[in-house]
Amino acid sequence: MTKIGLEIHCQLTKLRSKLFCNCRANYRGLPPNSNICPVCAGLPGSLPVLNKRAVEKAAMIALALGCEIPERVSFFRKNYFYPDLPKNFQITQYNAYGPTSIGSEGNVEIEGKVIRMRRIQLEEDPGRLVYEGSSEKTQLTLVDYNRAGTPLVELVTEPDFENPRQVRIFLNVLADLVENLGVSDPYLDGAMRVDGNVSVEGGNRVEIKNVGSFKDIEKALNFEITRQQSLVDRKIPVIAETRHWDEARKITVSARSKEEEQDYRYLPESDIPVIIVSREKIENLRKQMPESLAEKKDRYIKKLGIPAQVAEVLSSDKFYSDLFDKTHTESNAREVANLITTDLMGVADTREKKSELKIDNKAISDLADAIVGNKLTRNSGKIALLELVKTGKSFSEVISTLDLSNVSDIATLEKIIGEVFKEEEKAVIEANTNPDAVNYIVGRVMRKTKGKADPSVTLEIIKKMISIK
Amino acid sequence: MKIEISATEYLSLVRSGSISVEEFIAKTLDHVHSIEPRLRAYITLDADNALDKARSIDKKMRTGEKVGSLLGIPVSIKDNICTAGIRTTCASRMLENFVAPYDATVVSRLRQEDAIIIGKVNLDEFAMGSTTEFSCFGPSRNPWNTDYVPGGSSGGSGVSVSAYECIISLGSDTGGSVRSPASFCSVVGLKPTYGLVSRYGLISYSNSIEQIGPLGRKVEDVALALNVIAGHDLRDGTTSSGAKIDYVADIGDGIEGKKIGIIKQMMGEGVDGEVISATESAIARFQELGAECVPISLDAVEHSVAAYYTIASAEASSNLARYDNLRYGYDFASEGYEFKAYVSKARSRFGPEVTRRMLLGAFVLSAGYYGKYYLKAQKVREMIKSQIENAFNSVDFLVTPTMPILPFRIGEKIEDPLTLYLLDINTITANLAGIPAISVPMAFSSSNLPIGIQILANSFEEKDLLKAAYALEQTTNLPGVKI
Repeated sequence: MTKIGLEIHCQLTKLRSKLFCNCRANYRGLPPNSNICPVCAGLPGSLPVLNKRAVEKAAMIALALGCEIPERVSFFRKNYFYPDLPKNFQITQYNAYGPTSIGSEGNVEIEGKVIRMRRIQLEEDPGRLVYEGSSEKTQLTLVDYNRAGTPLVELVTEPDFENPRQVRIFLNVLADLVENLGVSDPYLDGAMRVDGNVSVEGGNRVEIKNVGSFKDIEKALNFEITRQQSLVDRKIPVIAETRHWDEARKITVSARSKEEEQDYRYLPESDIPVIIVSREKIENLRKQMPESLAEKKDRYIKKLGIPAQVAEVLSSDKFYSDLFDKTHTESNAREVANLITTDLMGVADTREKKSELKIDNKAISDLADAIVGNKLTRNSGKIALLELVKTGKSFSEVISTLDLSNVSDIATLEKIIGEVFKEEEKAVIEANTNPDAVNYIVGRVMRKTKGKADPSVTLEIIKKMISIK
Repeated sequence: MKIEISATEYLSLVRSGSISVEEFIAKTLDHVHSIEPRLRAYITLDADNALDKARSIDKKMRTGEKVGSLLGIPVSIKDNICTAGIRTTCASRMLENFVAPYDATVVSRLRQEDAIIIGKVNLDEFAMGSTTEFSCFGPSRNPWNTDYVPGGSSGGSGVSVSAYECIISLGSDTGGSVRSPASFCSVVGLKPTYGLVSRYGLISYSNSIEQIGPLGRKVEDVALALNVIAGHDLRDGTTSSGAKIDYVADIGDGIEGKKIGIIKQMMGEGVDGEVISATESAIARFQELGAECVPISLDAVEHSVAAYYTIASAEASSNLARYDNLRYGYDFASEGYEFKAYVSKARSRFGPEVTRRMLLGAFVLSAGYYGKYYLKAQKVREMIKSQIENAFNSVDFLVTPTMPILPFRIGEKIEDPLTLYLLDINTITANLAGIPAISVPMAFSSSNLPIGIQILANSFEEKDLLKAAYALEQTTNLPGVKI
């Protein structure tokens, strides 16, 4: 049986400052080594001062994943020499001498399968190494410490995944979860990084590192399972090792074997006093947490009567569910949900496109009201919606410029339908026996009115005129 | 004009206009220049800036501008405490030319009160040692006999205060590093409660244990310095947020009715006879002042040296890992080196004692040994803490000799690390327990070498501790160094 476990690193990108100093947590796009201070550069005499908000955000992740939070939370030093590590130790958490990391023993259910979380720990991100040329052939390694000290949460699962598909689903759930909690933007470059451990029946455990994206982890795992299985089938031993994902060649490559077993010589970090977490504090945190995705979906279905499928799509996208929650009323909820999921999500599906949307919340609500009140067809509604988010104008402004008001005046419609009947004689003949032909005629009328004809009134008139004929 | 005056005397002379700050600083600097070839207390002098600063304070006083409460008092700073603009070497070839871009919190607090930093003073490399012999700049010498060690690791602090090269000095005390030179140089040295004084800018050796502490020729001077440097600091998460206390006010209250415990384990085997009799006379003085003295037993002390060196070395091995010469350090062409080879080559500049402790520390933390050494040492620490806590349920202070023996000759014990470690036996208890302790000059031996008495109090009881030290000081009438 295949066993897969994951180690996920997730930056708390929603925090203003780093984990142990006041430098910006958002290091992206800054000139190298411009976002550093004595603390992030590990200068002699500097001391880490814990960002308490980071502890709260990490605790929220732990709670959302059903983890236990210990009463005494503390930090450890993980000692090893590496150029991206300014102090040559990383301040992290460690459970070997009793649970003191922010979370342990949680679980997540995906498609009826329970994935157990081993632990969740808060730690500092190291700096970044920049190579001149490829990392194998480089003559020069540059170090940028802008990232050093960024708050990072490490999540470790038990080896409970049976296949790469489950991994993908889990990662999507996790990304949605941290986004919904407002602790991280998982889609920022490098904000969420995944390492995998995988073994097949009869083989040893292999660690896969250096996987750039969520999509690639599924590919890397698939490759690795196939590789290991074919070794086992040929009775060749699978070596316990670390392999790197080669993005260009889409294969895993054995990382140069470690000369010796790393001994991290963990040591309590006494510069950061132990944090006492009372049960009361945990309850307060729970109250501050936004509703979970499951709760949100449930609310959409049960309280607002939104169809389950629409509720699912809407609730798992934080941007659009926030928009929905800001715009809908009890009476137009279904229509707002429809507008967002069928018209808007398809057009603005990337982060850039979303950020370009100019949204007046009231305009969206007014638009949905107009559709509910039959003052606008759904078709016109879509046109109006796209104009609304392009211009940021109010609903009435858009309507007056677009001339979209509903055509339900019977005389006008009869005249237009008459014209269509002349043009489409064949369809009119078939209409008596073939419902598709009726729909075709309705479509022609819609086109002539640029979608403004009220569909139900149009259908009634057509039926009446055909039976008269 | 005399420079052999206390801080209190200095302040009143400057305030009354009897002397100018510039005069005093200039005279102090002249004295430093003439005496330094014999004592070697300073690593780096900042004479020009000191004089500029003195003139600017004089000017402020003339024009009636606001002046900080220390009125240009000359201070020396141990060279493991960061000073912006003056190099901070830790007496190590690894940091020979390191200039920190910032002031330690204690330094900025001193500057804010218009103290004048004369320079940076010698220490054992990275504060590891008790004689100041392990400095890459060579040993400092005891002003009472220049063939003798001044104690350590804050040897430069003890020497500079004792020989009038400054009025107040800041040292750091990890296992007795402020009190040992205070005792050997016949000055007052205080190790505050862990968390009372900010460590921001103190280059870490053993960060769960060490504290910055002041040295002065008088107890009141030390109290005055503590007034300025103590208190919560946003840059050090281990500082306590207690209310500001004035340690100078009511310092002459006396100790009548107080109860003092004499730690039995520090008065027996291995203690020099003259040290014992000096301690006994201190006990007699305390009794004359109306305190009650009782013997007290702290048997966990037996293991304290082993526990201390285990914990301190473990922390040192981690704290000193950052010195890889990548971000600062000395000139060394890295080309042609693979990273690990470069780091081990670059790190070969540490001296023998630092290397010994880093190796020892890495060993006690390594897989499989953590429980056997480090965890056990932490248990001893807890045991000492609880025995101390117990003791303070029945007494107000504990008293011991500061050092078990008299100052000794330079070079005499340098080949024998274990003997040197054992000299810390009386001082490390306060470090492991986190409590405050002070060394007060008590007597001179027949060979005219200083003997100090150590008084310990419960956590954050510095005010009472200083009162007790002051009361004892009033009963002694000891000479200063002849210059």
